[in-house]
Amino acid sequence: MDNRRSNKKAWFFVLPVVALVAFNAIIPLMTVVNYSVQETFGNNVFFWEGVKWFEQVLNSDRFHDSLGRQLIFTGIILSIEVPLGVAIALTMPRKGVWVSVCLVFMAMPLLIPWNVVGAMWNIFALPDIGLLGYALNSIGFDYDYTQQPLSAWFTTILMDVWHWTSLVVLLAYAGLRSIPDAYYQAAKIDGAGAWAVFRHIQLPKMKRVLTIAILLRFMDSFMIYTEPFVLTGGGPGNSTTFLSIDLVKVALGQFDLGPAAAMSLIYFLIVLLVSWVFYTLMMKNEGQ
Amino acid sequence: MPLELKNVVKKVGADTHIYDTSVELVENQFNILLGTTLAGKTTLMQLMAGLETPTSGEVWFAGKNVTGVPVQKRNVSFVHQQFINYPHFNVYENIASPLRVAKISKKEIEERVGHVADLLKLTPMLGRKPSELSGGQQQRTALARALVKDADLVLLDEPLANLDYKLREELRDELPKLFQDRDCTVVYATTEPTEALLLGGNTATVHEGRITQFGNTSEVYRKPSDLLTAEVFSDPPINAAEVELASGQFSLNGQVNWPSASTKLANGSYKMAIRPHYVTLEQNSEKALKLEGRVLVAELSGSESVVHFEVEGHPWVSQSPGIHAIEVGQAIDFYLDTTQCLYFDDNDKLIAE
Amino acid sequence: MSKISLKNIRHSYMDNPVDDIDWALKQMSVDWSDGGAYALLGPSGCGKTTLLNIISGLLKPSEGEVWFGDQEVSNFPTDQRNIAQVFQFPVVYDTMTVYDNLAFPLRNRGIPETEIDKKVREIASMLDLEKTLMTRASGLTADGKQKISLGRGLVRSDVNAIMFDEPLTVIDPHLKWELRSKLKELHQQIGTTMIYVTHDQTEALTIADQVVVMQEGQVVQIGTPVELFERPQHTFVGHFIGSPGMNLLPCDFDLGKIVYGGAQIETSNQLNVDNTATRFEIGVRPEFIRFADSGIPVRVEKMSDAGRFSIVETRHGEDIIKLLVPDGGHVPSESAFLQFDPKHTHIYADDWMVD
Repeated sequence: MDNRRSNKKAWFFVLPVVALVAFNAIIPLMTVVNYSVQETFGNNVFFWEGVKWFEQVLNSDRFHDSLGRQLIFTGIILSIEVPLGVAIALTMPRKGVWVSVCLVFMAMPLLIPWNVVGAMWNIFALPDIGLLGYALNSIGFDYDYTQQPLSAWFTTILMDVWHWTSLVVLLAYAGLRSIPDAYYQAAKIDGAGAWAVFRHIQLPKMKRVLTIAILLRFMDSFMIYTEPFVLTGGGPGNSTTFLSIDLVKVALGQFDLGPAAAMSLIYFLIVLLVSWVFYTLMMKNEGQ
Repeated sequence: MPLELKNVVKKVGADTHIYDTSVELVENQFNILLGTTLAGKTTLMQLMAGLETPTSGEVWFAGKNVTGVPVQKRNVSFVHQQFINYPHFNVYENIASPLRVAKISKKEIEERVGHVADLLKLTPMLGRKPSELSGGQQQRTALARALVKDADLVLLDEPLANLDYKLREELRDELPKLFQDRDCTVVYATTEPTEALLLGGNTATVHEGRITQFGNTSEVYRKPSDLLTAEVFSDPPINAAEVELASGQFSLNGQVNWPSASTKLANGSYKMAIRPHYVTLEQNSEKALKLEGRVLVAELSGSESVVHFEVEGHPWVSQSPGIHAIEVGQAIDFYLDTTQCLYFDDNDKLIAE
Repeated sequence: MSKISLKNIRHSYMDNPVDDIDWALKQMSVDWSDGGAYALLGPSGCGKTTLLNIISGLLKPSEGEVWFGDQEVSNFPTDQRNIAQVFQFPVVYDTMTVYDNLAFPLRNRGIPETEIDKKVREIASMLDLEKTLMTRASGLTADGKQKISLGRGLVRSDVNAIMFDEPLTVIDPHLKWELRSKLKELHQQIGTTMIYVTHDQTEALTIADQVVVMQEGQVVQIGTPVELFERPQHTFVGHFIGSPGMNLLPCDFDLGKIVYGGAQIETSNQLNVDNTATRFEIGVRPEFIRFADSGIPVRVEKMSDAGRFSIVETRHGEDIIKLLVPDGGHVPSESAFLQFDPKHTHIYADDWMVD
C-alpha cells in the first residue's frame, strides 16, 4: 500500500538537477564524442575520421600496457582493502565511548586531499630523508621508489591502502551495527563458533554495504590519477603509468585530441560495464 | 452530511484495492471500519483524508466535492498505529505543532494545549521528550495532537493496536468521552469486533476491498445482512453449518432437531450461523441442543474459555464465561442455543433469525 | 533434561543499586519442574525478559544461583546450558535454506549427517515446513520464519528448556491462534520444559499449565489459569488478568468484620482479628456481581455493549464497580442494588490475599 499520489509539480523540483547534470556531464561528454571521430589541427577546422582513432587506440601496445597495469593495481588494492577493512570493522567496539574515538580516527585519512596524500608519501618514502624509505633501507631492504618499479608499486599500493581502507571500514561497520542483538544471542544458543557467526550472520548482513564499498573502491582506483601522479609521475619509466595518467599524457602532453577522446570513451565504457556486471551479479540473489 | 464516498474505486497498477464503494458517514459520531489486516481499511481512510486520490468516483465533504484536494488543504487529523511524534520536541511542543503551523496566537495555543493535555492526562508529562514516555503516553500525545487541531474529520487507524491490552482497555474507555462534545466526525479502524462493539457508533464491515454493510454498530452485529458480514463481525469465528428444514423442524446432520421460529420459510436447505457464545459448556436454557464434541484446542483469554471442537468432522467454536481446565482430545457436551441461530439463503443473505 | 531452579536471584542493570527501584528483579527463588509449560506474564518493564535471559545465560544475575538439576550453572555460558530460545523478531540465517537452518545447531555440535537428516525431517513435519525445506529461509513470511526459529530449538534432543520471548508479536492476528495451539500441541508431543514470556493474557493462559505473574521485578503469583482467575493472590493479578479486570474496593476491617457500603460483606477468605495491615480491599470480578433487590446501593452510570454481554459501570460513593450482564439481561436505569457472590469475593490486606 505504498503508492503515493502522483504529483506532477514534483518535476519542477528535479529540473535544476537535470540542468546541472546536462551542463557538467552530458555536454562535456558530447564534446569528447565529437573529438573522438574527427581530426583537428586547430582553428576550429575538423575532418571526419570515423572509427579510426578507436581502432588505433585498441590496437596500440601502449594502451594495452597501461590497461594491464590498471587492472593489476585495482585487483591488488581491492583484495587488500576489502578483507582488511572488514577485519578492522569486526574488531571495532560495538558500544561505549571508544566507538566515536575509533570512528574519528578511522575517518581521518579520508579527509586529506588527494594531492596532499601524494606529497606526504612522496616525502615519507624518500630513501634518503623519508622516514619510511630510510627505515626500510637501514633494515636491509634495497628500496628506492624513484628508481625501482617494484618499490614504486609497493609505495603506491601502500599509499592507497592507507588512504582508502577506512572507507571500507566505515561502511562495513555500519552494516555490522545494523544486526540486531537477537542474532548474536541466537547464534550463541545454536552453538555457533566465531567463524560460523561471521559466515552466516555478519557477512550476509554486510553484503549490501560491501557491494557499495567494492563498487566505490573499484571506480575510484580504476580512475586513480592525482596520488600516483604526485608520488611517481607514472615512473620510473612507465611502470606506474595507469590509464588516467596515460590519458593525460596523450591529450595534454602530445595534444593528440582525437586518440585521447577515443581513449576516454573506451575507458568510460570499461568502468561502466564492469560496474554494471559486478552490481547485477552481487544483487542477483538478493531476493527482496 | 459530513463525508461521503461516491462510487469510489482505487486501483494500483493491475490490482484493485477498493472496489466500487459508496458510503455516507454519520456526522459527529464514531464510524468504525472493521476488518482483518489488508482488508482495505487503511486505503479507505487515506482516500477519506485526501492522502490518496480515487482512481474513479468522488469524495464529498460538507456538501463540497473534495476529490483531489490534498490533505494539507483540508482540516483533517490522522493517528496511526505506530506512535508518531516529533522526537526532538517535548510533549507540549508536539501537541502545539499543528497550531503553530496554523499561526494561532501564543495565548490561545497555551490554553488549548493545556486543555487537551488535561483531557488525556498528559499534564505532568508536558516537559518530556517522546523517548522518555511509555507507549501509552506516546499514543496519548499523538491523540492529543489530533484533538487540539479541532479537525472536522479525525481518522484513527488502529490507534490502540500497539499497546498492552490493559492500556488498550483504559484508552478505549476514554476515547468516546474525548470526542463526545466535539464537532467532528471520527473514523476508527480496528481488526477487533469487540473493540467495535464497545466503541459503539456505526460500523462498516470491510472485506477484501468492499464494505459489506454499514449501519448502527449493534444492529450490524445482531442483524448482519449476509454471512460474510457475520463472519467479519465475529471473534472467535462464527459457527456455520448446513441445515435442512422440513415440516417446521430444522435438522443438523439429520440428528439434532429444533423447531423453526419463522413460518415463512419454505422447506429446503439453508445455511445456519450461530455465534460462539451461544454454544456453551453449561446448559443455559432448556431449549438448548446438546452437541457431543471432541476438543481440538482450548484457548483461555483472561476471563473466558474458547473451545474449538469437532462433531463428526465439522469444526465448531464455543465461548463460555470463566476459565475452565479443558484437555485436548477430551469428549465434552456443548449446548447450542437454537433461539439465537441466524439463517441465510443460497446467496448468503440473511432470511431469518 | 532436568529441573531448573533459581535460588535467591536478584538483578540490577546498575553498578551500585541502592533503592528498591534500582533492582530490575527483586530477590526471588523459583523452581521450574522438568517438562512443565510455564508462562511469564506481566506488563512491559516488569522484568520478565530479564528473568528469561538469566535462565538462558545471556545475562548473569547480580546475585544468586541458577541450578539445572543438581548442577550449578550460574557461570556457564549460554551454549553450555543447552537452552533453546525463540526471540520476538524471527532470527533466520538468510543465506541458508530452511533445511540448513534447522540443521545448523546440530552441525555446530558435530552430529553425523544421517542423524541430522532424520531429526530435521521429523521436526519439519511437526511444524508443517516440509514443502519449503529446500527454499531459502529469507523468502518466507514472518510466521514461517518464526517456525524456523522454533524448529532450531526443537531439533536438538539435548535441550533443557525452550524459552520464548514474546514470539507472536510480529505474527498476523488471525494466524496467532493457529501458532498458539501448535505450540501447545508440540509441548504435548515433545515434553520439553517450555518457558513463555508474554504480556498477553490469552497467550499465557492458553499455552501454559503454570503461569508466573510478575510486576515490578517481583513474582506475585504462580498458579494455574483457573487459580489466577478464581483466586488471585495479589490485587495486581486480579486487575491484570481478565478484561475488564477485578473490582477493587477499599473497605473497613472492624472487629473481624469486613464492612463495605455500610453492610457486612461475606468473603471466601477470612482475616485474623489482629491483622495489622494498613489497607483493606474487597476484590470481586465483574463476572461475579449481579443486580438484586437489596445489597450495595449504586447508581448505574454507563453501559457498553460487548455483544455477548454488556459491561455496566456503576458508582457507589467514590468507587466505580463494573459488572457483566449477559446479552438481553435486564439493566436497571438509575439506582440499583448489587450482590457479590461470596465464593468469589476476596479480602486483600495491603494488596495480598490472606488465607
